[in-house]
Amino acid sequence: MNIQSILKQRIMILDGAMGTMIQRYQLDEAGYRGERFKDSNQDLKGNNDLLSLTQPNIIQDIHEAYLEAGADIIETNTFNAQRISLADYKMESLAYELNFESAKIAKAAAQKFSALTPEKPRFVAGAIGPTNRTASLSPDVNDPGYRSVTFDQLTEAYTEQVSGLIDGGADLILVETIFDTLNAKAALFAIQEYFDKINRELPVMISGTITDQSGRTLSGQTPEAFWNSVAHAEPLSVGLNCALGAELMRPYIEELSQVATCFISCYPNAGLPNQFGEYEESPEHMAEVLREFGESGFLNIVGGCCGTTPEHILQIAKMVEHITPRKVPQFSYV
Amino acid sequence: MLKPLLRLSGLEPLTLTPDTNFVNIGERTNITGSKEFSRLILSGNYEAAVAVARQQVENGAQIIDVNMDEGMLDGKEAMVRFLNLIAAEPDISKVPVMIDSSKWEIIEAGLKCIQGKGIVNSISLKEGEEKFLEQAKRVKRYGAAVVVMCFDEKGQADSFERKIEIAKRSYDLLTKKIHFPPQDIIIDPNILAIATGIEEHNNYATDYIRATKWIKQNLPYASVSGGVSNLSFSFRGNNTVREAMHTAFLYQAIKAGMDMGIVNAGMISVYDDIPKELLELVEDVIFNRRPDATERLVTFADTVKSKGKKPIDEDAWRKLPVEERLKHALIKGIVEFIEQDTEEARLQYAQPIEVIEGPLMAGMNVVGDLFGSGKMFLPQVVKSARVMKKSVAILTPFIEAAKTKGSASNAGKVLLATVKGDVHDIGKNIVGVVLACNNYQIIDLGVMVSADKILETARKENVDIIGLSGLITPSLDEMVHVAKEMERLGFKTPLLIGGATTSRVHAAVKIAPHYTGDTVHVLDASRSVTVAGSLLGKDSLQDFSEKIKLEYLKLREQHAGRQQDKKYVPISFARKNKTRIDWDNYQVPQPAFTGIKVLHDYPLEKIKKQIDWTPFFQTWELFGKYPEILKDEKVGTEATKLFNDANQLLDEVVSKKLLKAEGVIGFYPAVAINDDDIEISIAEQSKNLTGETTVKSNSKSKSIVFHFLRQQHEKALSQTYYSLADFVRPKVLAVTSNEQPKDHIGFFAVTAGIGIESLISKFEKEHDDYNAIMIKALADRLAEAFAETLHEEVRKEYWGYSKNEMLTTQQLINEDYPGIRPAPGYPACPDHTEKRKLFDLLQVEKNTGIRLTESFAMYPASSVSGFYFSHPQSKYFGVGKIARDQVEDYAKRKGISTEEAEKWLSQNLSYGL
Repeated sequence: MNIQSILKQRIMILDGAMGTMIQRYQLDEAGYRGERFKDSNQDLKGNNDLLSLTQPNIIQDIHEAYLEAGADIIETNTFNAQRISLADYKMESLAYELNFESAKIAKAAAQKFSALTPEKPRFVAGAIGPTNRTASLSPDVNDPGYRSVTFDQLTEAYTEQVSGLIDGGADLILVETIFDTLNAKAALFAIQEYFDKINRELPVMISGTITDQSGRTLSGQTPEAFWNSVAHAEPLSVGLNCALGAELMRPYIEELSQVATCFISCYPNAGLPNQFGEYEESPEHMAEVLREFGESGFLNIVGGCCGTTPEHILQIAKMVEHITPRKVPQFSYV
Repeated sequence: MLKPLLRLSGLEPLTLTPDTNFVNIGERTNITGSKEFSRLILSGNYEAAVAVARQQVENGAQIIDVNMDEGMLDGKEAMVRFLNLIAAEPDISKVPVMIDSSKWEIIEAGLKCIQGKGIVNSISLKEGEEKFLEQAKRVKRYGAAVVVMCFDEKGQADSFERKIEIAKRSYDLLTKKIHFPPQDIIIDPNILAIATGIEEHNNYATDYIRATKWIKQNLPYASVSGGVSNLSFSFRGNNTVREAMHTAFLYQAIKAGMDMGIVNAGMISVYDDIPKELLELVEDVIFNRRPDATERLVTFADTVKSKGKKPIDEDAWRKLPVEERLKHALIKGIVEFIEQDTEEARLQYAQPIEVIEGPLMAGMNVVGDLFGSGKMFLPQVVKSARVMKKSVAILTPFIEAAKTKGSASNAGKVLLATVKGDVHDIGKNIVGVVLACNNYQIIDLGVMVSADKILETARKENVDIIGLSGLITPSLDEMVHVAKEMERLGFKTPLLIGGATTSRVHAAVKIAPHYTGDTVHVLDASRSVTVAGSLLGKDSLQDFSEKIKLEYLKLREQHAGRQQDKKYVPISFARKNKTRIDWDNYQVPQPAFTGIKVLHDYPLEKIKKQIDWTPFFQTWELFGKYPEILKDEKVGTEATKLFNDANQLLDEVVSKKLLKAEGVIGFYPAVAINDDDIEISIAEQSKNLTGETTVKSNSKSKSIVFHFLRQQHEKALSQTYYSLADFVRPKVLAVTSNEQPKDHIGFFAVTAGIGIESLISKFEKEHDDYNAIMIKALADRLAEAFAETLHEEVRKEYWGYSKNEMLTTQQLINEDYPGIRPAPGYPACPDHTEKRKLFDLLQVEKNTGIRLTESFAMYPASSVSGFYFSHPQSKYFGVGKIARDQVEDYAKRKGISTEEAEKWLSQNLSYGL
């Protein structure tokens, strides 16, 4: 059954945070390095994407924990796996491999659970993050015209990432945590060019980030302006993730759900971080808030971002199980 | 169910619903339409240019149109820079951007800078369906809406039938062939000027309105737009009428369904506020309601225009006292009565010198003030100077005879010279005229003047200022040399630097450090007066001098900073990323002959038609595009006068054959070697009966190598590092068979300046600087036009790779054709010394009479020479700065020392010496 027809029937569940789960393993520098990078002259602790190569079992376990909790869609461990971000670790050359291997691990986990529950097929979303640079903002306050990255550089890096994800077996592509829409437009451009090249298309999910209660992305767009900027990609879904907890995200998800002519996704953080940077919102509370979103007719895909765990996903999945999904408004070309 | 809506965005959404009122698109950030914006961008004042954008949005523009199509500008870079700057201003970037260009590469560069959903303005069927759809596909992929102009292979749509035919065809192609969302299509059915006096134009407004209505009824979800200002083009300068026309027109067009338009918000009023009488006249014109509609509106327009002004008696000034008449003649540049008026004044005054010091100087002071405040333009000033000179010439013998002590007092003595090795002097002569108008005494040493002669004269004449001019890049070094000599010889005289290749940065970085006296770069003639004034004013000098020194110090620091910012890739890397050309699947075109062809006494009538007039106006410091400049609100009147004067002289030149055009072209088999060089082989030649040289089939050949440079400043990944050598088939590619034809390169040298000396000396004898400058400016234009004409013949005939080309003059000027003709010494191949080889090869001196100076300037100055490349991917580019590794390699390839290479490439070195 393809994902579009499932989405018409029920709200689908996306997984929760990868980083939060990795923290539970309390890996040290040696743990991150594994065998392969034990002689690297870079500090590698914190390079979570690298664990797909050095600790593939941990990554697979995390995927399986989310699938066990009820996730229909799991995200590959590739948030920073393109050469622009990898340059921080001088690991540009690993970009393709990281995406390929991460997609493979996620695919294996998804296939395992699809076999266990054939009535509930599982999907792998190849996760594409924003990179650590912004194409429409200057990092130098004295030189507003300066840009640390160009559209072409982003397109190039994303093309490589997408090719790894698809070759590794991703079923969907998810462009997420968009804080600068121009970065996302470069990703969407790269994805579509690549689809043309391989003559095959995967559904694309788009998820922006409203950074605070100003109701705008980091690069300054309102939710509707954001939708207008990415609608040309004819995505499977558009939505929001990260930065805010569910409650604060409500007005922006509502705005998107009114204008978007595709499915809506929503995967907030587990509340706002406390003074130690920890997320404290309980699975039950978060699920309760999201249930109301579902009942208000905003949702098609729901899950969690920073601070969320398999327990959160389990509660959310339970809460929205019987809620009718949002109906996608169709264009009437009459 | 949702209706498909045109959804645009900046930081905020602009979604056009059926309830949305007419959307105003701001037109002032368009370099082709706004003089102010153009001036700001060309002078690099982006801060103020951003303020123009902000003001537009504040005044209600809901979208801003950005256009950087200007010949003097790297449009792509300007577009990117400007869009990046306004992106940082939330007050501006809240609205969507309309990226406006006739060049696809500028559009694409712009699309890569906007995070919102913008509009591309525009694409059309002008160059056929394939290109149209290809561009539309890209537009969609970048996520923009698109304006489709009603233009097709046959031309622009003017009638209702043509408008809807093209609109429908475009719409169907877009929606059916590539599934372009219909709501993202914006049709522009062309608002054209009405009331022009030409009958065919009378229906243009109704045709637009009817087409709009038809489009809204028949092409679902498409929007309609248009550039409104065009409509009233023939009433430029009469804002009352224009405003009424725009308002009445929009009222009707919006009723018919027009969704948006590029408008000057300041030129629209309220429909109901238009006076009844005017409204009727205007609507008569818009609806073409009566045959005399235009005439009636014109009559009315005249009454509006001259309201409050008394009728002017053209000859009234002749009744004024003689002092006033002299003044009037000077300000208006009228030479007709100058002899009799001068004579009359001479008899009235006790001393002839008093005529100069009295009324003439008074008149010139007014001219200087008006020019300084931008109320008079250069051609007028030069005409005033002509009146002055004639009058002075009449008085001089009497002054001498009266033996009055000394000559008239003056503001100061200025020595002017075009430096050694250079022959270009139009700009210098203009500066001389303008300074003379401001009472400076000018000592003009002419062209190709050595440092010795300049400094010797300066000493002997005890001049107050030395001004150096030059156009070609080696002249920059010669100026540095003069500055060093001045320092060595203990000069303190202020040094002015001017000419097309000079710049403030160059003066600050390369010249000023060598000379302790004041060194000032002067942008144009109008600035020279204030600069000279400040340098010679006792009170102002110190302040001015310190200000300039500080400014140049800052420029040096900035320059040093910028140099460090830019990164250069190794030449080996640049070569790996050369232009990707699929030679295997490319059939190299064969020229009609190899060897040389001389074009003796080429008909000027033919050349004349291809003149690109825009640079001609620039020479006279009138800025704007031809032909629009003739109707420009500010300079239109003067531009028209200048244009008429120019054409009168041009017609005389052509009919009496006062100038002669000579040219030579050549084609040779060529291969690219060493990545960046081109080797040509020359067979032994013999002349056939028609004068064309032909090649003996079995003769031996020798080879000559032309050396080129490659771009090296770091670019984004996978971008190309260009060299001209890329455009010729490389030698290393295996020849698949002996039948495989060889690739070629072409060469040319043309001049339109044969005979110019006698014309100039004749004008100078008549004290007619105006025509002396005019003839040079015209000869320059003719030489360029000759090169363009010949290039067309080469494409269609001599090389014949573009046989079916049908281009208008404007398209030729825009270089909308395959192949290029870059000139040595210019950005794509900045080494002037390669010109020597070209001259030897074509025997240019013998065949055309063009000579090369020691700096490789061509004399006569009105000459052009260069290479022909035919490959469709060949393009103009700037080599820019290059790194040491390439310079060393280049020197080795050329067989010269690195120092010598550095000398000739000094403007292109990324490192200091």
